[in-house]
Amino acid sequence: MDLDLTPGQEAFRAEARAWLAAHVPPVPPRSLETREGFAEHRAWERTLAAGRWSAVTWPEEYGGRGRSLLEWLVFEEEYHAAGAPARVSQNGVCLLAPALFAHGTEEQRARLLPPMASGATVWAQAWSEPEAGSDLASLRSVAVRERGGWLLRGQKTWSSRAAFADRAFGLFRSHADPGRPPHHGLTYAMFPLDAPGVTVRPLGRLDGKPAFAELFLDDVFVPDADVLGEPGRGWRVAMSTAGDERGLTLRSPGRFLAAARRLVALWRETADPADTALRDRVADVAVRARAYQLYGYGVAARLAAGGALGAEPSMNKLFWSELDLALHETALDLLGPYGELADTAGDAPEGGRWADGYTFALAGPLYAGTNEIQRDIVAERVLGLPKGRGGG
Amino acid sequence: MRFLLDDEQVAFGRALDRMLTAAGTPGAVRAWARGEHGPGLTLWRRLAEAGVFGLAVPEAYGGVGPLPVELAVAYERLGRHAVPGPVVETAAVAALLSRLADAGEPGPAAEWLPRVCAGEARLTLTLPGGGPYALDADVCDGVFVVREGAADEAAEGAGADSGGTGRTPASRPLRRGRLLPAPPPRPPRLFLAGGHGPVQGSVDPARRLARPVPGRELPLPGAAVRAAAAHAADLAAFACAAQALGVGRALLERTVAYVGARTQFGSPVGAFQAVKHRLADTRTGLEFARPLVHGAAVALAAGAPGAAAEVAAAKATACDVAYAAARTALQLHGAIGYTAEYDLSLWIGKARALRSAWGSPADFRALALDLFRE
Ligand SMILES: Cc1cc2nc3c(=O)[nH]c(=O)nc-3n(C[C@H](O)[C@H](O)[C@H](O)COP(=O)(O)OP(=O)(O)OC[C@H]3O[C@@H](n4cnc5c(N)ncnc54)[C@H](O)[C@@H]3O)c2cc1C
Repeated sequence: MDLDLTPGQEAFRAEARAWLAAHVPPVPPRSLETREGFAEHRAWERTLAAGRWSAVTWPEEYGGRGRSLLEWLVFEEEYHAAGAPARVSQNGVCLLAPALFAHGTEEQRARLLPPMASGATVWAQAWSEPEAGSDLASLRSVAVRERGGWLLRGQKTWSSRAAFADRAFGLFRSHADPGRPPHHGLTYAMFPLDAPGVTVRPLGRLDGKPAFAELFLDDVFVPDADVLGEPGRGWRVAMSTAGDERGLTLRSPGRFLAAARRLVALWRETADPADTALRDRVADVAVRARAYQLYGYGVAARLAAGGALGAEPSMNKLFWSELDLALHETALDLLGPYGELADTAGDAPEGGRWADGYTFALAGPLYAGTNEIQRDIVAERVLGLPKGRGGG
Repeated sequence: MRFLLDDEQVAFGRALDRMLTAAGTPGAVRAWARGEHGPGLTLWRRLAEAGVFGLAVPEAYGGVGPLPVELAVAYERLGRHAVPGPVVETAAVAALLSRLADAGEPGPAAEWLPRVCAGEARLTLTLPGGGPYALDADVCDGVFVVREGAADEAAEGAGADSGGTGRTPASRPLRRGRLLPAPPPRPPRLFLAGGHGPVQGSVDPARRLARPVPGRELPLPGAAVRAAAAHAADLAAFACAAQALGVGRALLERTVAYVGARTQFGSPVGAFQAVKHRLADTRTGLEFARPLVHGAAVALAAGAPGAAAEVAAAKATACDVAYAAARTALQLHGAIGYTAEYDLSLWIGKARALRSAWGSPADFRALALDLFRE
């Protein structure tokens, strides 16, 4: 058991660090939840892609570097330590791309991956519906067979970044299958957000920023080439992505480590040393960030040794979502009267990073499957407790 | 980087599990708690044969160590089976004496460590910053005491309350947290106690506590004693963290089995979501505590300057998680879990006791802040 990088991996770290030092914008872009900020983040994606850093684990032919999961973790540590911007392309890179690798055709990969890597196409995830949140399989939007493709009809909601994104991927009921469980007969389809029949209506998220959206689909045509995996078997495709969404790839340890480091520094600069309760909380968060980093190394080592992921992504999701909240709540408490300032306030410390991060962290226990649902998964699939939602 | 146990380490853990299951460990724990050490000492000899005590001892003194990763594997198993006795303490004394040997004082190591490896000597200790009580002094061959202070004070302090009620005079603090404001340290001194005060009970009936009484000072330079004691404190906290992880794991495993079998309202209580969610949180806590223990092992093995912070992170977290597991286990067992005759009790008290052993959660959290030192 060791934690030593090989000389090749050390060189990779050094290369990433040098590139980031030279390219990370000195003034951070505005929030990607706003129109202007979205454009600035998209420009950053182009810069990243030009340096071939936008998808380091992808094969080189699609704009990646063919690097391992461990090296990606290393890259992420450097990325966040350098204070680089949040990734506007995350839905595509972290959620759709793994599904394309696992279930897509060669044609789809060649057509869809390079513009995803370059930021030319930003994707939104259109899974949730007004009536289908945790119980995603109960969704009602339909895909109706049409010559050469499908017609999408229905409503999707809570779609992150959809107000300014280019395309979306989602699940649709395509085969009425009475008597079969509801996750049978779903089709995974991709469509442009400016296609005829699509209406995008922005929703303000908690702090009012408008990138969140609901989508109304009125006979939106999707050619067969834009169905991912087998029609009617979309649930399988979606579930393989859900693991990624909850797991390491959506929320890399590097992000929390960088925040923990900033929090400890803030505590050293500003805290009253007699406030041992606050010191305990700061330390607790620092330890949890370290635990998550080491856990990531363990997962990478296990996968590299031929192991497979089971329901670990659910534990992972519980851990990072609570860690993220603890980090930001502690920071706001440390900041005292400055803690309540919105990220847009001129006096907000560190350009509003803590405030914006706090608002974002509040959603962590909700999206990517609520924490209640993750606890069910851990209890049933990891611990083997009885299935069902026994209420008593 | 290969942050993964190798096959041999995994097999070692499994072998210990099998041995400790076959040995009827719960019976030995109960006997130990009554002061009947026979079955526990038999277990002790088997652990020695399995190589457990050699892991903390360098080759020069008959061991194979120090091998912190293997120590983590072994001590997690000791916790999982609630093995009684000064297992952590013996390893900590081994660390203390081997550090003194490295500093040019090989006498005590040569005297004690080969016997430790052979399972013939049990050792215990107290350190400044830890509590005043030595675990299982009544069954130990060597009781070591590190004290800071002048000669007469050290002797007086070491023997305080012997023969008395065992109560601490209100004027003397029970212990000084490692990071709380402390008077400037005076050179520490190492004593081999000549005996101990009355054996007192713990919330874990298998932990038997006593204050050492004055004995012979081992005349060693203060700087060497200081460095060795700091290392011993790290090793004690580390072994304790691994043990706590095992305690937490045992509590979870037993509780999962119980709630799967116990029926109320016509269904297994493990089907109720409130029950499932508490267990999912326990499992998640354990999942993320183990990498900290292994990370501390790697840091100790490398002699990394940040090892103390890594150990502190592991100790604070593993003990928190084990304690939370104990609370959950008790709650989800209902009243049977509260029954001394039922084996769950063997782990519940231990989880509480380990939490404040070798320093408080706050002490270790404060030390862990050094994980992020600019
Ligand atoms: C910031 C943010 C971004 C999002 N981005 C996207 C996106 O890009 N694309 C997308 O498709 N969706 C997105 N979502 C939606 C998200 O996936 C859903 O909110 C989530 O699945 C929960 O569904 P719901 O909101 O309908 O809550 P509900 O399912 O109605 O749940 C309400 C409450 O009941 C609890 N509950 C429900 N069922 C159970 C159960 N069986 N046991 C115990 N408790 C239960 C839930 O845990 C929750 O606490 C986003 C949400 C947020 C907050």
